[in-house]
Amino acid sequence: MVRIGVQAVPMTALTSFSIGLTLAMQAAQELSKMGATVYVPDLVSISLLRELGPLLVGVVVIGRSGSAVTAELGTMKVSEEIEALEVMSINPVRFLVLPRFVAIMVMLPVLTIFGSYIGFVGGWSICHFALGMNTSGFISRIIASADPMDLYSGVVKSIVFAWLIGTISCQKGLSVKGGAEGVGRSTTGSVVTSIISMLVANAILTASFFFIE
Amino acid sequence: MTVDAKEVAAKEGPIIEVTDLVRKFGDRTVLNGVSLKVYRGETIIIMGGSGCGKSTLLRHIIGSLKPTSGSIKMFGEEVTTMTPPQLEKLRLRFGMNFQFGALMQSMTVGENVALPLLENSRVDPDIVDLVVKMKLELVGLTGFENLKPSEISGGMRKRVGLARAVAMDPELLFSDEPTSGLDPIMTAVIDQLTIDLTQKLHMTAVIVTHDMVSAFRIGSRMLVLGAGKRAGVVIAWGTPDEIRDHPDPEVQQFIKGEPDGPVPLKLSPEDYIIRLLGHDRDKGLTY
Repeated sequence: MVRIGVQAVPMTALTSFSIGLTLAMQAAQELSKMGATVYVPDLVSISLLRELGPLLVGVVVIGRSGSAVTAELGTMKVSEEIEALEVMSINPVRFLVLPRFVAIMVMLPVLTIFGSYIGFVGGWSICHFALGMNTSGFISRIIASADPMDLYSGVVKSIVFAWLIGTISCQKGLSVKGGAEGVGRSTTGSVVTSIISMLVANAILTASFFFIE
Repeated sequence: MTVDAKEVAAKEGPIIEVTDLVRKFGDRTVLNGVSLKVYRGETIIIMGGSGCGKSTLLRHIIGSLKPTSGSIKMFGEEVTTMTPPQLEKLRLRFGMNFQFGALMQSMTVGENVALPLLENSRVDPDIVDLVVKMKLELVGLTGFENLKPSEISGGMRKRVGLARAVAMDPELLFSDEPTSGLDPIMTAVIDQLTIDLTQKLHMTAVIVTHDMVSAFRIGSRMLVLGAGKRAGVVIAWGTPDEIRDHPDPEVQQFIKGEPDGPVPLKLSPEDYIIRLLGHDRDKGLTY
């Protein structure tokens, strides 16, 4: 849990901060043509909470933790450690898979919320230093534009992503065949499958939220 | 084994009974009609050339692999058709020492030995510590509790694997090449440990080994698996004396460690050409 969650904080923070920054700059450029730079915080908050926050943090967790889980379980598989556990009457799913799965399920939503707020800080720094908006104005725009549903939809997404990442990375790890080469192949496969299924799930979830509202 | 113990064991019946075990991997038949019976208190040695199916036989008996056909009974229960919960229950009664130790790399030596105790029993942690120290003492590794498997040698890892296998004081011990890679003194220590466990505690041991000195020192009965055309077939089965005087030249070649014999050192020129080209040069036949 510490490795999957806490140690991913700096990387999540940096990624989210730069995305908040970029979002605000792009939005400012386009909106300034219409003299509507006051809406920059709205755009930053909605896109971060609903879409980019969960997706980006998902990618960070896949790259850092999903791949690590696959490689770790895969190495244990090829070095007979999993078989040894079974022979000792210890269920490898309970002993190895469950803790990793729970860690991803808990930490991904937490990191997503954290990442979204760091993204706001990125957006704020552009609004404050480049557009001359004051801090209280920025915060009040954010609060006015985002409703709780935006946050919830992001969290729901991150829970679904966590379930996908946990399942795929553990399954790929346990099904490794053929030594160190197999571990490498499965790890790549785990990252690719996780990212693709996360993007597909994201599209489905966005569509369903769109129709529910 | 004493006479009394032998009588008791005979009355109890075999604790492992393998009948006509066949296992095929694709076209290759790795085990071909293997049958054996193991009684309580015996030390069974499984021998045979590299890749002849010794470890595969062991994996079938412990239920890790399912046979193509045949039956395996342990303590009177059929292993091949067991459900995972039944297997889990059966596995509490035996210990397995893997060829390369198969230790958890992320845990220390002590934690590895303690693992089955902590997971499968309700022993107090203080007592677990004590048991770990005792088991490591048995294999000559006192004071190594806090090292990781990556910090000790291959031979030491193997001994930790043995300590872990006997941590729960099982009735039955399986060991895959327990003494390969050990120095002669340590080999003798491990052999003596096996003898003590079987004679004093009536543990039963099934051991795969290439080490002839060790095999004849500890074995009460031995099984030799064939090579080449007789791959995966039991070519000899009996007491150490019977094996030593066995008429089969392949068995003699194996126990004496001779390079040439029924398992040939070099192919005949004809066979060599056939193997190289895939057909007979003169007759033009494809084999």
